[in-house]
Amino acid sequence: MIEILSTTPLSSVQDLGRDGYLRYGVGTSGAMDRLALATGNILLGNPDNSAAIEIPFFPFEVRFLEDIAFALTGADAVAELDGRPIPPWWTLRAVKGQVLRLNPTERGARCYLALAGGINVPVVLGSRSTQLRGDFGGYHGRTLQQGDVLKAIRSAGHCEGFDRLPAAGFGVEPPEFVLPQGNLESIAQGTRTFVRVLPAAEYDCYEDASLESFWGKDWKITPQSDRYGYRLEGEALVPKRTLEQRSHGIVPGVIQVPPSGQPIIQLRDAQPSGGYPKIGTVIEADLWRLAQAELCTRLRFLKTTYEEALSALDAVDDYLNKVRRLAELYRLSMR
Amino acid sequence: MTNTPQPDPSPRISLLGTTGLLFEAPGEMDIHTQRRIWWLARQVETWPCIKEAVPGMSNLMLIFSTPPRNLDSIESELLATWNRAEELHLEGRVVELPVIYGGEYGPHIADVVAHTGLMIEEIVRIHTEPLYIVFALGSHPGYCYLGGMDPRIATSRRKVPVLRLPGGAVSIGGSQTGVSASLGPSGWNTIGHTAMSFFDPLRSPPALLAPGDMIRFRAERIIK
Repeated sequence: MIEILSTTPLSSVQDLGRDGYLRYGVGTSGAMDRLALATGNILLGNPDNSAAIEIPFFPFEVRFLEDIAFALTGADAVAELDGRPIPPWWTLRAVKGQVLRLNPTERGARCYLALAGGINVPVVLGSRSTQLRGDFGGYHGRTLQQGDVLKAIRSAGHCEGFDRLPAAGFGVEPPEFVLPQGNLESIAQGTRTFVRVLPAAEYDCYEDASLESFWGKDWKITPQSDRYGYRLEGEALVPKRTLEQRSHGIVPGVIQVPPSGQPIIQLRDAQPSGGYPKIGTVIEADLWRLAQAELCTRLRFLKTTYEEALSALDAVDDYLNKVRRLAELYRLSMR
Repeated sequence: MTNTPQPDPSPRISLLGTTGLLFEAPGEMDIHTQRRIWWLARQVETWPCIKEAVPGMSNLMLIFSTPPRNLDSIESELLATWNRAEELHLEGRVVELPVIYGGEYGPHIADVVAHTGLMIEEIVRIHTEPLYIVFALGSHPGYCYLGGMDPRIATSRRKVPVLRLPGGAVSIGGSQTGVSASLGPSGWNTIGHTAMSFFDPLRSPPALLAPGDMIRFRAERIIK
């Protein structure tokens, strides 16, 4: 059990997302950085899909109301447990009464706080994720507030796991240092985030010069960017003719181009359908990179193929499996 | 099955990353095409690599359970299935929605008047006349895309979207009409309000209406 002592109005309870209700108009929600969420759960021995808290702005502070193990993944928030620093991508046990504080991040945008057993909120339409537009799921269908008390799902195994976790805890190497992204060596990364994109239905409808800017220029992530979508700013994309789309399904990662020519990347809380033309889709394996791209930083799109996009998904799975093996070994060694 | 449609060689299939595919039927956005889309959805959702088949307006989005290694075979299977698609006649029910038109509930009815040159009574009469068919659900939980609006009251979308359109708002956007199921942003012109609740996550199914159901708007009151 934890009590929220301090939060901005945008922290929410999320799992890997809500599947199978698009036909009722229900979007997927779920963690923006699913890789970080799953990793936090694996570190704790939880199922990958357990619910955790997504924290996009700081400071954030909770008090532990019981002895419990927790994990921090995602953004490199400068974290302290009763003033003692905690490394990023780390799991640790907290004792009743201790206070965890997350300060503004040094890198990355969203931090995930997972608890042993997973956060215990009701499963609504197959998921514990907060559906903000529908006011359901998560913690009473809303974002978190000061004074909220969240419980963890208890089971005998978790108490055992707690005992086995060393006092100093353990961690894993963050995926940004491990997961390759194709032929990036030649491109200076700097503060840019690179994401791979597959062309979508209306890709060929844009002027050649626009396609050149799409791949070749920087795209600023404007402050009007959130879980619904990232609104980008750059050289306006111009279609060869006026495009009219009938309402159709879309998925997180789809890059729509409204009449202004400034693209919008639809994300986890986006409407599940839309009518704007689509120039491309950020591949599923790179959505976590977007989730960790900070406001006002720059994005670059890298053209990829379906086959490469599948290999990238495999690489993500490999990473998670490696973390799984490491976490198991660690637990075994503590016996 | 009535009037077998001729196979059309030019549907469009495009990728939505590695998450799914979008199938777009050629031709008009009418009830005949839509019934074939419903039929296609019923077939495709049983395929092992498909997690969900989601009808749109004369199109179908397929969400992969696992992305197939070979796209060509799923695409040709999809086309073959479309070419033999029949019109699925769904047994829809009729829901009557009492609407208060105009006044504070229909702040943009003046824009529809200005755009169409019709008087409010005439707009309401034309809007309440058809039996609208639910073509698909989307946009937000419980929202229905309707077919059947009279083009005489078509009004272009607003240049600046309304940020907080309340649930129950009856609106016109281009040649379509609809009812918001919950509070949210919208670029459509609000002409009235109904008190119906369209979505309850604790109900099964969670949405009040399904494709094939029909809506009739009844003018409860007109405020000028």
